[in-house]
Amino acid sequence: MERIPILKMGPFLLVTIQVDLYDRLALTLENDLINMVSKTEAKGVLIDISAVSIVDSFMGRILGNIASMSKIMDAATVVVGMQPAVAITLVELGLTLSGVHTALDVEQGMELLRTKIGQLDTDEEGLYDSYI
Amino acid sequence: MIVISKEKLTIQKEQDVVLFRNRIKELATKIGMSLVNQTKLITAASELVRNMLRYGGGGITHLEIVSKNSIPGVRLIFVDEGPGIKDITLAMKDGYSTGKSLGLGLPGAKRLVNEFDLKSEPGKGTTVTIIRWKNGL
Repeated sequence: MERIPILKMGPFLLVTIQVDLYDRLALTLENDLINMVSKTEAKGVLIDISAVSIVDSFMGRILGNIASMSKIMDAATVVVGMQPAVAITLVELGLTLSGVHTALDVEQGMELLRTKIGQLDTDEEGLYDSYI
Repeated sequence: MIVISKEKLTIQKEQDVVLFRNRIKELATKIGMSLVNQTKLITAASELVRNMLRYGGGGITHLEIVSKNSIPGVRLIFVDEGPGIKDITLAMKDGYSTGKSLGLGLPGAKRLVNEFDLKSEPGKGTTVTIIRWKNGL
């Protein structure tokens, strides 16, 4: 079965969606992510959707679900890289993703996550060391 | 209104949706539709095709390039032979769903296109027609 890879980076999980999502794939991702949060005790989840050209109500709901579920599991979620056309469409569709934190790119998303978990000493090297 | 090109695509499983979306993108690009309008059209189509799969047990989609007053547009028709919609007014309301979804599918899709027509007969099926004009706001 097709799956979207989840990478562990220090205390965070990183997901880059690079394929067109269909419903089952999105549901599998939701499931895999929550299991990974529990298994790795991740403090943050970063989802990069810069390559995603369509986010409809189902996909939007999945993003919202991931954010609420991770929150219950004590992890923050940030969605980054949304294309402008996707943002315009989502709001017109009636979906504001109010419960989901967003940032413009991966870098800013990471920064936001670090602030969220109160890890204010943003020592990049330290982060990569623990990742290796 | 004249029909410039038409084709049919059968939707029976979720993976068909990806192909369907790509084909709409090709048609919309062909008539020079802007990226934002393309995104709106494909998102609306994505909502409707999901309804067709989930409630109508799949069906047939017609993809057409049409033209009115020499302005081109993409017309999509979704035909299923599912149970139909009992109360269309209710189904078009934001937040109403008989399933477990957000209830944004139908009303949201309507907001994203220029023309929207829904016909349904309980027990016979549902037909939804949408048009997004090249420069339609």
